[in-house]
Amino acid sequence: MPSTPTPLTQGLPSAWSAIGVAVALAIYPLLMSVAGQDFYIGLGSRVLILALAASALNLVLGYGGMISLGHAAFLGIGGYTVALLAQGGSAPAWLAMPLAVIAAAAGAALIGAVSLRTRGVYFIMITLAFAQIFYYLAVSLRGLGGDDGLPMLARVELPGLSLGDDIGFYYFVLALAGLAFMLLYRLAASRFGRALVAIRENEQRMAAIGYPVYRLKLAAFTLSGGLAGLAGALLANLSLGVTPHLLTWHQSGILIVMVILGGSGYFWGGLTGAAIYMLLEESISTHTEHWNLWLGALLLFIVLVAPEGIMSLRRKPAKAERA
Amino acid sequence: MNPALLQAQGLVKRFGGLLATDHCNLEVARGEIHALIGPNGAGKTTLLAQLSGELAPDSGRILFDGKDITRLPIHKRVAAGVARSFQITKLFERLSVRENLALAVQARSGHSFDLLGAVADEAALDQGAAEIAARVGLGDVFEQVVATLSHGRQRQLELGMALACGPRLLLLDEPMAGTDPEESRQMGKLILSLRGHCTFILVEHDMDAVFRLADRVSVLVAGSVIASGTVDEIRSDPQVIAAYLGDDHDAGAAA
Repeated sequence: MPSTPTPLTQGLPSAWSAIGVAVALAIYPLLMSVAGQDFYIGLGSRVLILALAASALNLVLGYGGMISLGHAAFLGIGGYTVALLAQGGSAPAWLAMPLAVIAAAAGAALIGAVSLRTRGVYFIMITLAFAQIFYYLAVSLRGLGGDDGLPMLARVELPGLSLGDDIGFYYFVLALAGLAFMLLYRLAASRFGRALVAIRENEQRMAAIGYPVYRLKLAAFTLSGGLAGLAGALLANLSLGVTPHLLTWHQSGILIVMVILGGSGYFWGGLTGAAIYMLLEESISTHTEHWNLWLGALLLFIVLVAPEGIMSLRRKPAKAERA
Repeated sequence: MNPALLQAQGLVKRFGGLLATDHCNLEVARGEIHALIGPNGAGKTTLLAQLSGELAPDSGRILFDGKDITRLPIHKRVAAGVARSFQITKLFERLSVRENLALAVQARSGHSFDLLGAVADEAALDQGAAEIAARVGLGDVFEQVVATLSHGRQRQLELGMALACGPRLLLLDEPMAGTDPEESRQMGKLILSLRGHCTFILVEHDMDAVFRLADRVSVLVAGSVIASGTVDEIRSDPQVIAAYLGDDHDAGAAA
């Protein structure tokens, strides 16, 4: 193996980092509960959900080089699916969550099938345009609640676990996000993940050596959309309802900021970016009304210090090793 | 059996008002090194792109081993046995030589939709990569990142990438481009060492190399083949001399 990681290997985390993250996330709500800081358990759920959404985006943006400015659409499809199913009171989790994922993945397959015929700036614009269509649909359709969105009376139901309770819901989020992270890890380490990174590196060559580039990109985009839909479904449960705000292009933009901040193409990039973004937002907004200004300045500073994202700082400085 | 491995029949490609390929016919026999020469702007690269599948012809058809491949996408042509190299090196510059070649070997072995199997321990891919690296003379820089290699070395890898696809027909777009005389000689030796293993279409500006390597030569002028024959026939063809070889100095200076 080469001594320095190449783009094909830098997107793979070590097993130890995965164990460390899992343990830390599992004991976090217990620590907060003991410390009497129950508010932070709900915040932890929100961070985990956005980490999942950002990691889903990282699969296409970071690994695959497809800059989607439309991932809010998949958050929205997932969220609205759960909210619609819960209109009769409550819905069973085993039905609502998979349906949300399937609906979002189907949406991503349709949007991807059209968008992936374009590249670069056109791809950015066309994904944005599709997401805006979903936003206006949600605003204007009476069945989707229009501007007010769809409130939920209760979270989805899971036998044996009380999801109405903050700690119970946190572990529900952790279990689903954990499954999603395992899936993403296996993807990144597979032949498929390797082909995806290589497409980002040099798409023309990948076609010339015989890869069905379009189909590979569409598969990644569909999977990413499905996982973003799962995040949207969890968000709807967390906030007991959805509003069209979930579908605004701000949401898509924030996810991109999280990925770039954490480290695009690094496995923990989405999680790191989401955690830092949310903690900064949370801590600054308690002090000043103009928190967006300070948040912007801080993000600018971080990006200047670590242009490839925070996860890139962990990489040891490359040794001079030239032919 | 049909002796022709590749036949292009009446290919036409227009870019707006420009007729880049004008009812072009080309026949390449099994096992030969077939050079494609012609002045700048004659449409050599455009023709090559239609054979490889990057461009779709407006009319005409392409037969490979007797089968019509005119409408096949690139990846299916590669699977059928048609691979190409590029005039301007197009490698995975941030990856090592091993990773570059292993990607090409992986494409051939399929399973790129295998979403969950770990790839890190796939010794077979690395084994295949090592064989190709040795064949194109890159065994000593196997673990090096491509961007750190000299231009001549990158040209060798460019050929290796096409070779790793396991082609029966290899389309080489100016493999000597930008190499010094020594590197160019090495590349020539490399191509000759592969003669018989596979059929070549060689687009090249270096006439010495063409006359040294080619079994047969086709001359492309203004989008169509005006002559096809052995090196000696082409050298003495008055039409060719008038159209192309006559102003050898201009062609050489422009190359």
